[in-house]
Amino acid sequence: MEPDPPHRHGLEPGQIIDGFRLVERLHRGGMAALWHVTRPDLAVPGIMKIPLFGEDPAAIVGFEVEQMILPLLHGPHVPRWIAAGGFEAQPYIVMELIQGRSLRARLEQAPLAPGEVAAIGARVAEALHDLHQQQVIHHDIKPSNIMFREDGTAVLIDFGLARHDRLPDLLAEQFRLPMGTGPYISPEQVLHNRTDSRSDLFALGVILYHLATGARPFGAPTSVRGLRRRLYEEPIPPRVHRPDFPLWLQEIILHCLEVDPEQRYASAAQLAFDLTHPETVALTARAEAAEAQSPWMRLRRLVPRLAAKPTARTTMQQLHRAPIVMAAVDLTQEWEALADALRATARQVLQAAPEARLACVSVLRTHRLALDAPADVGATHRHVHRLVQLQHWARPLDLPGRRVSFHVLEAPDPAAAILEYARSNRVDHIVIGSRGASSLRRFMGSVSTQVVAQAACTVTVVKVPDAERGRAEDTSLEEAINASNGSSTQTQDAPTASEDRDARAARL
Amino acid sequence: MTIALLTDVHSNREALEACLAHAQEHGATQYVFLGDYVGYGADPAWVVDTVMDFVRQGATALRGNHDEAAAGPEDVRLNADARYCIDWTRKELSSSQLEFLRKLPLTAEDGVCLYVHANGWDPKNFEYILGPMQAARNLQVVRARITFCGHMHEPMLYHMGLTQRVESFSPIPGTPIPLSAARRWLALPGAVGQPRDGNPAACYAIFDELTNLLCFWRVPYDHQSAARKVRAAGLPERYARQLLHGA
Repeated sequence: MEPDPPHRHGLEPGQIIDGFRLVERLHRGGMAALWHVTRPDLAVPGIMKIPLFGEDPAAIVGFEVEQMILPLLHGPHVPRWIAAGGFEAQPYIVMELIQGRSLRARLEQAPLAPGEVAAIGARVAEALHDLHQQQVIHHDIKPSNIMFREDGTAVLIDFGLARHDRLPDLLAEQFRLPMGTGPYISPEQVLHNRTDSRSDLFALGVILYHLATGARPFGAPTSVRGLRRRLYEEPIPPRVHRPDFPLWLQEIILHCLEVDPEQRYASAAQLAFDLTHPETVALTARAEAAEAQSPWMRLRRLVPRLAAKPTARTTMQQLHRAPIVMAAVDLTQEWEALADALRATARQVLQAAPEARLACVSVLRTHRLALDAPADVGATHRHVHRLVQLQHWARPLDLPGRRVSFHVLEAPDPAAAILEYARSNRVDHIVIGSRGASSLRRFMGSVSTQVVAQAACTVTVVKVPDAERGRAEDTSLEEAINASNGSSTQTQDAPTASEDRDARAARL
Repeated sequence: MTIALLTDVHSNREALEACLAHAQEHGATQYVFLGDYVGYGADPAWVVDTVMDFVRQGATALRGNHDEAAAGPEDVRLNADARYCIDWTRKELSSSQLEFLRKLPLTAEDGVCLYVHANGWDPKNFEYILGPMQAARNLQVVRARITFCGHMHEPMLYHMGLTQRVESFSPIPGTPIPLSAARRWLALPGAVGQPRDGNPAACYAIFDELTNLLCFWRVPYDHQSAARKVRAAGLPERYARQLLHGA
């Protein structure tokens, strides 16, 4: 029994459908018409998507998919779902009208400056990570499906090819053509594998390549034969287009465009991390490539394709393999024993997640009013010294460069700095040390206490079980406070005694 | 209407009690029992009484092959252990309980949904829906958009769109699935009282007619007590083990 085809294609402004007034037709494409709609109770402007069903069953299934998945999504990176009309009468979806610009307009301005490409990429990667955390793969990431709100937040639209891990994949039916858009479709989608969230990272890699060079890495093929070329042809390295192309950005883009998903970034959050920390990107042969592919390289690309089997992981399982773990490391002398325990715990966390990325973070405490002062030589020295210490601390973990990075933060409030770092880098797990359990510490609150209370992610607090030390805590803490003021930048406006003690007791 | 779909209780009081309580908590307003109330388990009389009560209050109950075997003439298609269970069950049930089982209908339909124990193409022959081939047979023949079947003890969802190709989906417990009106669906909630997919928790499903959302559930229950009662009743050991291991 087939649903009746929709009858009312001759829609007019002013017409009412299920209480929605059609204001203006914004777009009419091959698959759907988009109308600006209003309803008295709507807080946001609405857009009604009305499918135009032709002969193509894939178009109908795509509409079904969007009707199924969009109502389940939430957050700033997707349009808010408002209503849907069933197939019995006029099928439609009403969603929030995104007031902003599509990324498509920027393509005409390509090549853009590397910094701008990275900034755009980081915002889109952030949106993708949010989507993947909701267990949905988009499968049609392209500039026209990416909008930016006025505050710069990226919004992903058009979920007609999406796949939800916990729902039937209506597009698993074997349609003749691979489901995707020619320039952006991933190699595994070409092979009809729709279960890998890293397909979206490939598509984002294509966009970044295009924005950065003005050229498409794999052209715009329309035949299956044309699509399959990306299974064995390396893209021309961006540095061939622009000899001054930054190595770190070429590394990132080619990392996204790996033919084998296992060789790409393990998560959109890890990609966003590299895009926002160019100085910590581990450079490999990808960064150095400066000429078009040789036959040998072509073979290199083909081999993993032949060996690769689709992973049986769900999006959630993939994300659980690849968390961003933050080790908040204090390296002052009194924390030595704790630093060892912290490393042991970090190692355990990393062993449970084979594609985890470790961000080693240490906070150099500054006084609040000293922030505006010009950087002095002493401060630079302290910064470098701490960075070296941090690297030394992590050395026994024996992590390859692509899995670890080092960050020294300078901030007056260590807990706030750690929390902000975790939030803005989408950290999944903070490992932090805590000394003893003295009554004074409980009273004043420690950095770890604040981090546990306020972090949005998992926090592991590491302690060293040492009874002797616990008893000595109350007095040694006071000594530590008095002794540790030497190296800090002096300030005219001394903090109040309690504030000072609080901050220093909490020092990392 | 929010419909709880319960099937293959197989004389398992503990499992049925747990599922009914769960369904009530989750807002079920109507109950459909897809058959096989008896066989394998130790509490046939309590289970049949409970279903009779629900039917008196408006629930729908259908006849399964075990109910037919217990209430009707000797059925040659059962293996020796199942036959032993059925003979034991028959002695446990009163004549009015047997009469209730005998008179149960094989199918019920409410426009959108067809309810049947084994399959929609030939309800009285109890052929199994083993995979997409049998599912396609059902989906092509049945007029209703959604078919609910028991008989197979494993939860499964089949669907067919405009291309007529049938896909199967192993539902994830607790995740509501929108049953798009543009396709046809065949849902197997899995067994309340005899799960066989390696997980001893009871299976059932809730369908919300208003929102078109179908949710499969797994409900942990005291399966060790249920297994002990099977042994105490002198029923074949394998049926106790099946409850303990869900296989």
